[in-house]
Amino acid sequence: MAGPGLKDATAIVGIGQTAFARRLAEDEKTLACRAVLAALDDAGIAPGEVDAVASYTMEETDEVELAKAVGFGDLTFFGKVGYGGGGSCATVAHLAAAITAGQATVGVAWRSRKRGSGPRPWTGTTAQLPTPAQWTRPFGLLRPADEIAMLARRYMHEYGVTRDHLFNVALACRNRANQNPAAVMYERPLTREMYMTSRWISEPLCLYDNCLETDGALACVVVSKERARDCPQRPVYVHAAAQGLPAQHHGMVNYWNDDPLTGPAWTAARHLWKHADCTPEDVDVAQIYDAFTALVPLSLEGYGFCARGEGGAFTEQGALEIGGRLPVNTGGGGLSEAYVHGFNLVNEGVKQLRGTSTAQVPGAATCLVTAGEGVPTSALLLRS
Amino acid sequence: MLTPVTDTDGGPFWEYAARGELRVQACGECGELRFPPRPCCPHCQSFANEWRPVSGRGRVWSYVVPHPPLLPGYAEQAPYNVVVVELAEAPRIRLVGNVVAHAGARLDSVDPARLRIGARVQAVFSGGLPQWVLA
Ligand SMILES: [Zn+2]
Repeated sequence: MAGPGLKDATAIVGIGQTAFARRLAEDEKTLACRAVLAALDDAGIAPGEVDAVASYTMEETDEVELAKAVGFGDLTFFGKVGYGGGGSCATVAHLAAAITAGQATVGVAWRSRKRGSGPRPWTGTTAQLPTPAQWTRPFGLLRPADEIAMLARRYMHEYGVTRDHLFNVALACRNRANQNPAAVMYERPLTREMYMTSRWISEPLCLYDNCLETDGALACVVVSKERARDCPQRPVYVHAAAQGLPAQHHGMVNYWNDDPLTGPAWTAARHLWKHADCTPEDVDVAQIYDAFTALVPLSLEGYGFCARGEGGAFTEQGALEIGGRLPVNTGGGGLSEAYVHGFNLVNEGVKQLRGTSTAQVPGAATCLVTAGEGVPTSALLLRS
Repeated sequence: MLTPVTDTDGGPFWEYAARGELRVQACGECGELRFPPRPCCPHCQSFANEWRPVSGRGRVWSYVVPHPPLLPGYAEQAPYNVVVVELAEAPRIRLVGNVVAHAGARLDSVDPARLRIGARVQAVFSGGLPQWVLA
């Protein structure tokens, strides 16, 4: 075993975000600049000191455009992570690795997206990727919601997971959003009746099983633990980080390996816990990627909070609420705060460990943040 | 309606489907079936492959019923079913498709209430695409 690796070697010392809304007037590049500058201001670090950046392959604002607009210094590390929302935590992980390895000193990760007012990716018909779309799209399996609904139906069938379990996820996120003035759904409570009578998107998933469509941008700043001591905010350490692409995995349409219900979360979790000083029982609060409600119980299984098939039952008796067994998505998540490819979950994890969340878990010291389950994924274990 | 955008690996599947045959790629060395098709065998790394005929019998592994918003040709038939079928010969070889009343029927030609996980289905062909009928 080589050295301590990434463990607590770096910290997130700045976070920034724009407003979240169905439609924002400014373009993605401008929103990216605003979020990045806000994060650097929070960190007390000048843009000229930034020498590393990381984002998603789906991010439309290139490093060069961002760097010259906000006035970054010379960049010596820049990388992008694929697979949409699977890359959220990996952007921070890549910066942590680069800084720990001495390739850079101040890293910025960001995501800016106009998914609310811009085009829905699935409506593209010309850029249909040959694999695996040729096996799915001609048959009308068109949208991410359809692809995940297929796994959700099988999951419900095998383990007795019910729509009430999925509602528990939607409700916990909505309740936290109702505490968060920045959340798109701040003033919009959700009831069981609203959920059970809402329109279908792709049976068995209804409207409230699907994330929001949001315009917005977020960013965070990563530095070494030594540098972090000089920053104004309480450092939030990257205790462990992991990516996960399981053997024989097929992306979001993961119907073709031996066991499609054990997805990338299981792979990322094995690496994460192997490198951590704690276990799932030590996690005070979790930010679980929630493009669809069904991803949350699957992720709870994958990251070891319960056994295989128990993810639905885990959500019962308010377990995901404040004061419950594992409060999740305390800013409202992708379902009710904003859907910005999961980056708001990273920043919310930082807020919890600073003690500044709008739905603060008392004394929270350890927070798990996860990226998209179903696609090749990533996760962070943050500690104060 | 979308037609398959094929590639080198997938091309033979669609060529056989156009002739009304359901075939799955198999390793030319160790014989292991694989789907989706790819250049070499993940078990023995051989680049030799063959396209093995299968019976077209299978069971519904899961299904969804999409509702709009959808692309226009699909929205017009919604709600319709999309199924994942596991093949009788090799349950971990699974194909996405639609259960229809008969070959060439519309995507909404079978009431989704008739579908069950585990239901037996049989492959039929229409316009170069495999479809499934309840068996
Ligand atoms: Zn082989």
